[in-house]
Amino acid sequence: MSEPATRPSGAAGAGAGAMPRPALTLRDRRRRATSRVMLALTGVAAALTVLPLLLISFHLLKAGLSSISVPFFTRVPAPVGETGGGVGNSLLGTVILVVLAGAMGLPVAIGAGMYLAEAQGSRTANLVRFVTDVMNGIPSIVIGIFVWASVVVSMGHFSAFAGGVALAIMLIPMVTRTTEEMVRLVPRELKEGGLALGFTRWRTALGIVLPAARSGILTGVLIALARIAGETAPLLFTAFGNPFWEWRLGQPVDALPVRIFQYAISPYEAWHRLAWAGSLLLIALVLAVSLAARFLIRSPYKGR
Amino acid sequence: MQPVAQKPRTRGNLSDRTYAGALAAFGLFIPVLFAFILVRVGAAAWPAVRHFGAGFITATDWDPVNGRFGALPFIFGTLASSLLALVIAVPLAVGLAIFLTEMAPRWLAAPISFGTELLAAIPSVVYGLWGIFVLVPWLREQVQQPLAGSVGTRVGLFSGPAYGVSIMAGGVILAIMVVPFISAVSREVLAAVPVAQREAALALGATRWEMTWQIVLPYALPGIIGATILGLGRALGETMAITMVIGNRPGIPTSLFAPGYTMASVLANEFSEASDEMHLAALMEIGLLLFAITILVNSFARFLVWRVGRRAGR
Repeated sequence: MSEPATRPSGAAGAGAGAMPRPALTLRDRRRRATSRVMLALTGVAAALTVLPLLLISFHLLKAGLSSISVPFFTRVPAPVGETGGGVGNSLLGTVILVVLAGAMGLPVAIGAGMYLAEAQGSRTANLVRFVTDVMNGIPSIVIGIFVWASVVVSMGHFSAFAGGVALAIMLIPMVTRTTEEMVRLVPRELKEGGLALGFTRWRTALGIVLPAARSGILTGVLIALARIAGETAPLLFTAFGNPFWEWRLGQPVDALPVRIFQYAISPYEAWHRLAWAGSLLLIALVLAVSLAARFLIRSPYKGR
Repeated sequence: MQPVAQKPRTRGNLSDRTYAGALAAFGLFIPVLFAFILVRVGAAAWPAVRHFGAGFITATDWDPVNGRFGALPFIFGTLASSLLALVIAVPLAVGLAIFLTEMAPRWLAAPISFGTELLAAIPSVVYGLWGIFVLVPWLREQVQQPLAGSVGTRVGLFSGPAYGVSIMAGGVILAIMVVPFISAVSREVLAAVPVAQREAALALGATRWEMTWQIVLPYALPGIIGATILGLGRALGETMAITMVIGNRPGIPTSLFAPGYTMASVLANEFSEASDEMHLAALMEIGLLLFAITILVNSFARFLVWRVGRRAGR
C-alpha cells in the first residue's frame, strides 16, 4: 500500500515520478506506520465479520449433511426413541405459509410501493413511508402476539391462516420500500412518453412503469420471501407447529424453522442431527434465492 | 380521497381517479395496520398496566404461579445483551465498512460484501442452533473458564461459574447478527462523503488513515450513529437466537458469565403456556414495552440516517 507524500514542505518536489522522494522525519515515519497498522486492522475487522459465515457453513455441512436423505424430505417427524423421521410436513407447511403470506401481502405491498413512488413529496406519503420504515423494525415476536390476540383468539385455535397473516405483516413493509425504490429508478421519460401517447395515468403506471421496474421488484420480493421463510418467532403462537401432514388452512401447520427450534432445544441427540440437517436445508433455500435475486438484479432495463 | 401523483391539476377521468384512490388505499393501509397493532396489543396488556402500574417495570421478581410479575429482569437482559452486542459489533462493522470503501480492491470487496449479505440472510433459528452447539461450549471452555480464573478474581463482570449460556453468549450471537446491518448502512454513509473532501485531505499531506479518521469519519458520524441505533433496534427485538443461548433465567446478573433473560425470550417461552389472565396480560405488556422501545429507537435512527442523506444532497 503506497502512501501519498506526507510532508507539505516536501511535497513540492513530489508529483513527477523521476523526482527523488523527500527524506522522512521520524514523525512522518510514525504517521505512515500508524496509517498502515490501522488500515490493516480494518482488514482484520473484515476477516472477523466473515469468519462466522465460514464457521456456520462448516458446522452445518459437518453436522447436517449426513442426515440429508430421501426420507428426510418425505417423512414426518418420528416420535422420541424411534429412528428416522423427516421434515416433509414442515417443508409443506413452510411453502403453504409463504404462499399465503405472499398472496395476502404482496398486492398490498406493491400497491403501497407504487403509491409512495407516485405521491412523492405529499405529506401523507411521507407519513406512510415513515410508518413503513418503523414497521420494518417491529420485533417479529410482537407481530406474533398481535396476530395471536386478533386472529387466533377469534378463530379459537392456531392455524396456517394466522401464520400467513403474521408473515404477511412482516412482508409488507419490506416489499413496499423496495417497490418504491425500484419504481423511482424508472426514468421519468418512460412515464412521460406513455402520457404523451395519450395513455391514461393508470395504464401508464401498470403498463409501462411497473414492467420497467419488474426485475428490481422481483428481486426485492424474492429476498423478502426468503426472509419470512426463515422466521420462527411470529409462528410460535400462530401456525404453532404440527408433527403431522396438514394442508388445511384452518389447522395448525408445521414450519421448517419452528421444527428446527423444537429439535434444537430438545434433549435428544437424534433430534439435534435433524435440526442441523433442517438448518442446512433452510440455508440452502435462502442461498439459492439470494443467488437468484443477484442474477435478476444484474439486468435491469434489459427487457426480456 | 388523498391527493396522489404530485397533486394533478386536472382531476383526470374516472379510471384514473379510481386508480389513484386504490393506490392511496393500499398506502394508507400500512399506517392503519400499524395503529391497529398498537391498539390491539395495548388493549390486551391493559389489565396488567392497570393492576401493576409503574411497579411493573421496577419490580424484579417474576413468579407467574404466585401472580407476581416484575419485568425488570427482562428489560435488563434485553438492554445488557444488546449493548454488549453493540460494543462488539460497532468497531467490527465500521472497520469492515472502512475496509470496503477505502481499502479493498474490487475483487476482494465483492465477495466480502456478498458474504455479509449472506450473514444477514441466515435465519435467526440457525444462529441459535449454531450458538447452542458451537458458540456456547467454546465460550465456556476457551473464554469463560480461563477468564474467570484470572481476570475474574478481580473484575466482577468476568467472574462466577462458567455456564456457557449467558449474557455474554447472547451478546456475541447478537453482535454477529447485527454487524451486517450496521456495516451496510455505514458503508452507504461513508460512500456519500464527497470525493473532494478526501482529495483535499490527501493533498494537504494526510496519510490515508488520517484522511479516514479525521475527515471521512467525522463527516459520516451522524449516519454511523444512525446505523448503530438501527442495529440496536434489531438486537433489542431479536428473539430466537438469543432465547437459545442466553440461559433464560430471570434475575439481574452482575457477571457477563451468568444467564439472563430478555423481553423477547420470555414471550417466546411463556406465551403459549400462559393460562391465567394476568400472566397473559403481563406478557402482553412486555410485548407492548418492547414494541414501544423499538419504535422509539427506530424512529430516532431513521431520523439520523435521513438527515445525513439530506446533507449529502441525495
